[in-house]
Amino acid sequence: MNATTMNSMQRTLTTLGQQEPDRVPLFLLTTLHGAKELGMSIEDYYARAENVIEGQLRLLKKYRADCLYGFFYASIEVEAWGGSTIYLPDGPPLCGAPIIQRPEDIDTLKAPDVATAPCLQRVFAAIRGLKAAVGDTVPIIGVAISPFSLPIMQMGFDKYIELLYEQPERFEKLMAANIAFSVAWSNAQLAAGATAICYFDPMSSTTNIPRELYLKTGQQVAKRAIAQIKGPTATHMASGRCLPIMADIADTGTAVVGVSGLEDLGELKAAANKRVSLLGNLNGIEMRRWTPEQAEAAVKCAIARAGRGGGLLLGDNHGEIPWQVPDEVLLAIGDAVERWGRYPLDWVEEYLAVT
Amino acid sequence: MNPLIKPFRESLEMLDRVQAESVFQQALTTLSPIQAVEQVVVPALEQIGAAWEAGSVALSQVYMSGRFCEELVEHVLPPSDPDRKHQPRSAIVVLSDYHMLGKRIVYSVMRASGFELFDYGRMGVDELVARAQADKIRVLLISVLILPSALRVRDVCTRLKAAASGIKVLVGGAPFLFDAQMWQEVGADAMGHSAADAVNIVEGWMGEMQ
Repeated sequence: MNATTMNSMQRTLTTLGQQEPDRVPLFLLTTLHGAKELGMSIEDYYARAENVIEGQLRLLKKYRADCLYGFFYASIEVEAWGGSTIYLPDGPPLCGAPIIQRPEDIDTLKAPDVATAPCLQRVFAAIRGLKAAVGDTVPIIGVAISPFSLPIMQMGFDKYIELLYEQPERFEKLMAANIAFSVAWSNAQLAAGATAICYFDPMSSTTNIPRELYLKTGQQVAKRAIAQIKGPTATHMASGRCLPIMADIADTGTAVVGVSGLEDLGELKAAANKRVSLLGNLNGIEMRRWTPEQAEAAVKCAIARAGRGGGLLLGDNHGEIPWQVPDEVLLAIGDAVERWGRYPLDWVEEYLAVT
Repeated sequence: MNPLIKPFRESLEMLDRVQAESVFQQALTTLSPIQAVEQVVVPALEQIGAAWEAGSVALSQVYMSGRFCEELVEHVLPPSDPDRKHQPRSAIVVLSDYHMLGKRIVYSVMRASGFELFDYGRMGVDELVARAQADKIRVLLISVLILPSALRVRDVCTRLKAAASGIKVLVGGAPFLFDAQMWQEVGADAMGHSAADAVNIVEGWMGEMQ
């Protein structure tokens, strides 16, 4: 294949195969910026699938990214379970009151029907619309919060930690219900046209639980869930650390790991050992106040640390670009990828020698 | 350094409450309750906080050990105990955010370190500014998880300074960890990298305020 003719899908698949495509794929996971683009509030934007389709297609063209993002907001899953969402004017919608008020509530908890939950139908419609627009030329990323991380929203972080340590039987009941939901939700997005599922699993991060506990809990849940998801997955730590468990995450059968800006991309690449590709790890919080020059420097550094040999999808480290990040920074990131991301990256050796 | 710190810390990290309790009781055979807190509990929590910052201890361990130490200290040093530290009136709050774990951890670690403070729960800017002044707070700890909330700290600090309240603001939470300049940008007086860090900072301010 002539490297200069690669489309986003070819570019992405080549890098996931641990080969060098024409340039580093840019996975700029923009969500809320679609509302800005359409000049509407975040709440109005997410009320109709057509808005998200139009927003995503405009953002794809504007920022020259290599993927479309079918993600609405995390709380939409909890809505399906009977929960509520709180909309902010300048940030991602948040989850309302926990649906599990007491651990005993888990005993009678039943997973909602993905095929009939009204909120989820908007996501399926958006993915179908995106697929109709781009076919197989651009990867469309669906999202599922991992069954292991969903309880942070279902019951609150503190109560979930207590459950995890103190009530193993109820924890297992909750995981059974969540796995059933998460698998059905993921597969329905794949059926609608998603290319892959971003399996958000921050609870498994070593920022949140120790490795020994991950191996007994989060990893087992991931193995059970990912085995039933009928498409590739990218396990995302949503800013959490994962260097000590990189090989353990690879053992779950995932294809990509979304990594933190708190860890060195070169060390992460070595730990990934070509078993998984990396997604990250630009600092989305600092990005808000970057100059174009700083954006270029950050892109260059990330590509130098992990771009060679393929296996890198360049993106932010959280899985969502904050609302506050200005256009000029996102455009500068795209420019920098064009300038420094072209393979064979023959500038990297000299760059690493002097930095 | 007290030799019991290491076994106490290790038992906390392993979530071995029985062993932690046993080590603490051992400390009480030679130390007063407040001495045991200051010489064993606080240093152990400081080390755990530093280990979390370095990535070698997880948040779940920080939370569970803070909660356990809070119960332990509550038992030997109830809020009315005259040995509780003479401290500035302090309060902790989650600002315009619905993520409560960070505040819960800091609250536990502060109390386990002998501090008493108001728990304001979750508040918006207007309510917080009014309440902190009405309560004559001297030290305000603000916890956030999401970026928009972190940026709203600026409104709080601006209004407290405009009112010449003299309230010192200590911030903490993920946005401040990912952007080391942000706490200054929003006008806070300090930023805590961990719950134990918050204890050290407030102790430093106590010296300045006396």
